[in-house]
Amino acid sequence: MTLHELPAPAEIVERTEESASIFTLHLRFVDPARQAAFRSSPGQFNMLGMHGVGEVPISISSDPDETGLIGHTIRAVGRVTHALATLRPGDRVGLRGPYGRGWPLQEAEGGDVVLVTGGLGCAPVVSVIDYIMRRRARFGRLVIIQGVKHAEDLIWRQRYEAWACAPDTQVWLAADVGGPHWAWDVGPVTVLLDHAEFDHSKAHALMCGPEPMMKAVAERLLADGMPPERVWLSMERNMHCAVGHCGHCQLGPLFVCRDGPVFPYPVLAPWLRHRSL
Amino acid sequence: MSIVTTEQGFLARAGLDRLIDALRARDYAVIGPRVRDGAIVYGSIGAAADLPTGVRDAQSPGRYALEPSPLARQFAWANGPQALKPLVFRPRERLWASWRTPTGELHFGAAAEAIEPTAVIGVRACDLAALELQDRHFLREPFPDPAYRARRDALFLVAVHCTHPADTCFCASTGDGPEAESGFDLALHEIDDGFIVAAGSDVGAAVLAGLDLPAADQARMDAARAGVAAAAAAQSRALPSQDLRATLLERLESPHWDAVAERCLSCGNCTAVCPTCFCHAEFDEPASDGIVSEHYRQWDSCFTAGHSYLHGIVIRAETRARYRQWLTHKLAHWHDQYGRSGCVGCGRCISWCPVGIDLTAEVVALAGEGKA
Ligand SMILES: Cc1cc2nc3c(=O)[nH]c(=O)nc-3n(C[C@H](O)[C@H](O)[C@H](O)COP(=O)(O)OP(=O)(O)OC[C@H]3O[C@@H](n4cnc5c(N)ncnc54)[C@H](O)[C@@H]3O)c2cc1C
Ligand code: SF4
Ligand code: SF4
Ligand code: FES
Repeated sequence: MTLHELPAPAEIVERTEESASIFTLHLRFVDPARQAAFRSSPGQFNMLGMHGVGEVPISISSDPDETGLIGHTIRAVGRVTHALATLRPGDRVGLRGPYGRGWPLQEAEGGDVVLVTGGLGCAPVVSVIDYIMRRRARFGRLVIIQGVKHAEDLIWRQRYEAWACAPDTQVWLAADVGGPHWAWDVGPVTVLLDHAEFDHSKAHALMCGPEPMMKAVAERLLADGMPPERVWLSMERNMHCAVGHCGHCQLGPLFVCRDGPVFPYPVLAPWLRHRSL
Repeated sequence: MSIVTTEQGFLARAGLDRLIDALRARDYAVIGPRVRDGAIVYGSIGAAADLPTGVRDAQSPGRYALEPSPLARQFAWANGPQALKPLVFRPRERLWASWRTPTGELHFGAAAEAIEPTAVIGVRACDLAALELQDRHFLREPFPDPAYRARRDALFLVAVHCTHPADTCFCASTGDGPEAESGFDLALHEIDDGFIVAAGSDVGAAVLAGLDLPAADQARMDAARAGVAAAAAAQSRALPSQDLRATLLERLESPHWDAVAERCLSCGNCTAVCPTCFCHAEFDEPASDGIVSEHYRQWDSCFTAGHSYLHGIVIRAETRARYRQWLTHKLAHWHDQYGRSGCVGCGRCISWCPVGIDLTAEVVALAGEGKA
C-alpha cells in the first residue's frame, strides 16, 4: 500500500540571498523523470519538507515554462523556515506538489493587470510580474502597487526601479511610515489607487498580503467600478496536508489548499466580513 | 421503515455464536462491543458471551455511566465514546519515513501496514451514516486517501438497529437512525428471543445463506418494527432542521457565541468523540540517530490554538471563535462541502463534554437570538 502524496527528494542547485531574512532556493527533483513531469502555474504552491523538522507550504516563484529549476522565495520566520534558511547548494529537501489553484493569467490576457501587495515582499505576486514581463505583448497596462509598513521593509528596490522603466508599466509604492530615502508615497496602499491608471472595466486585480489590506483594496476597486469577479486574492491559512484532508486551512466552506489559495473576491466576500473565521 | 432486503432469517439468541463463527471462518477478525473501563467500546470478540449482556448505559449532558440491566439482551444499550472512525481513520498513523544517507542523499518510503479483514458486530445506524460521511471526505478526488481506502475495503459491517437510545441521542431528527438503512453487510433486529438477520450486500447475503436460517415469522417482524419505532419515539432531543446552514450563517456575530464560550473549556473532547470530525495534524518525528525521520498524522481539534496558527497570529484565538467554527462547520459548511449536515445525531459530544454543553440546545438558543 502506498500513499499518493509521498514527497520526492529535490536538490538545491542555487540559492539567492534576497534580504537579511529572505532567500530563494532553486530546486531540481533528483529524479529527472519527476522533474520533467513537473508542471505548475503561477500562484500554486509546493510542500517543502526539511528532513527531521517538518513541511511548510511555499508558493512557486519560478516561471512555469522554464522547466529547468523550481524556485521558492522564502522568508525565515519560524521553525521550518529557519531550518530551510540553512540549506546550501547540494543539500536536499522533500518536495511534493504542485497544489492549489493559481492566478487567472489566461483570463487576464488582453486587459490591464493590477497587482497589489502589502507587507514584506510577496513572492506569489513577484512571480506574476516576471511571468507578464516575459509575455509582455499579451497583456495591457501593468500596474504594480506595493505597500510596506516602514520604508526600510521594501526589498527588491532595484527590481521595482527597473520595472518602473518598462513600457506600459506603472510602479506605485507607499510606506505607512516613510524615511529619509523614501521618494514615494506615505500612507495606506489604497491612496496609490488614486494615481494608478488602468481600465477598470477590462482589468484584473491580483493581490496578496494582510487580509485587512486586501479587503480594503477590494472594496475600493469595486467602488471604482471593477467587476468583483475580476478581483483575485491569495489567501494564507495553516496547512498540514495540502490535499484537502487535514482541515487546518478551512475558511468557511473553503479548503484554501484545494479550492485556493487564489480565489475570486465574490467567493471570499461572505467570510472576509467576519473576524476570526 | 422496512427491512432493507427481502433476504432475511431468524437467528435464535443461543445461535449468535454461529454468526461469529461464520465470520471467523471467512478469515475476518471479529470485533464488537465490550465493557472496558466503565464504557462500552469495540474489542476483540471470541464468542457471544463476550458481548455486554445485563448492562446498559445512562447518558446525559456531561455524563456517561454503565448500570446493571435486567434485560437478557446483548445490544440493549446506546453507543459508547468510540465510533467506527478509529478503524479507518487512525488516531495516529505513520504516513512516510525519510532517511538520509552518509553521502547526503534523501530517501522517502511509504508506510506499510498489514491490513486485516475485520468484521464489526453491533454497528449503529448513526455510525454507518458517519462512516459514509468520512468516505466522502477521505475518498474525495483528486486525492483519495489510499490507507483509508484499504482499511475501509477490509471492513465487514454487522449493524444492529437501535432499540435503546440514550437520553443524548437525536438520530431520528437528523434522519440517520435508529434503524440502519444502508451501508451494512448484515443488519440485525434484536427481539426478545433472538435476531432477525438481513443482508445489505452480496457478501452479507452469502454469509446469511451459509447460516441457513428459517424466515422470521410475522409476529417477530412486527416486534422488530415496534422496537425501532419505540426507539425513535423515545428520543427527547432533536435538531430543529436537517439543514441549519442559513440559520447559523445569519448568526455568525450572535452574542450567544460569547455565552457558550463562558462555559466551553476549549478541551476538544467533542471533536475527539465525534464520528465525523476529520481534522488531523501532521508532523515529523526524528529518531535519535538523526538519520531516520517519521512523518505522522494524528487526530487534531479545531479547539486548539495550533489549528489556526499562522506565524505570529492565531486566527481563532478565542473560545467564542472556536466553538463557532466547530458548530458552523458541522451544521452549515458540511452542506457546502459534502452535501449534507456533518452531524448524525449520535449525541456523543453531549455526553462527553465535561461541562455538558448540548449542541441541540445551543442551536435552539442561537435561533432564538435572532439574526446577527
Ligand atoms: C499557500 C501558501 C503559500 C505560501 N507561500 C510562501 C512563500 O512563497 N514564501 C514564504 O516565505 N512563505 C509562504 N507561506 C507562508 C509559510 O508557509 C509560513 O511562513 C511557514 O509555514 C512558517 O513555518 P515555520 O515553521 O517557519 O514557522 P512557525 O511559526 O514555527 O510555524 C509552525 C507551523 O505552523 C504552520 N504555519 C505557520 N505559519 C504559517 C503560514 N503563514 N501559513 C501556513 N502554515 C503556517 C506550519 O505548519 C508551521 O510549520 C505560504 C503559506 C501558504 C498557506
Ligand atoms: S456533532 Fe455530536 S451528535 Fe453530531 S455526530 Fe458529532 S458527536 Fe455526534
Ligand atoms: S463543547 Fe465541551 S467538549 Fe467541546 S471543547 Fe467545549 S468544553 Fe470541550
Ligand atoms: S491543508 Fe489540509 S485540508 Fe488544506
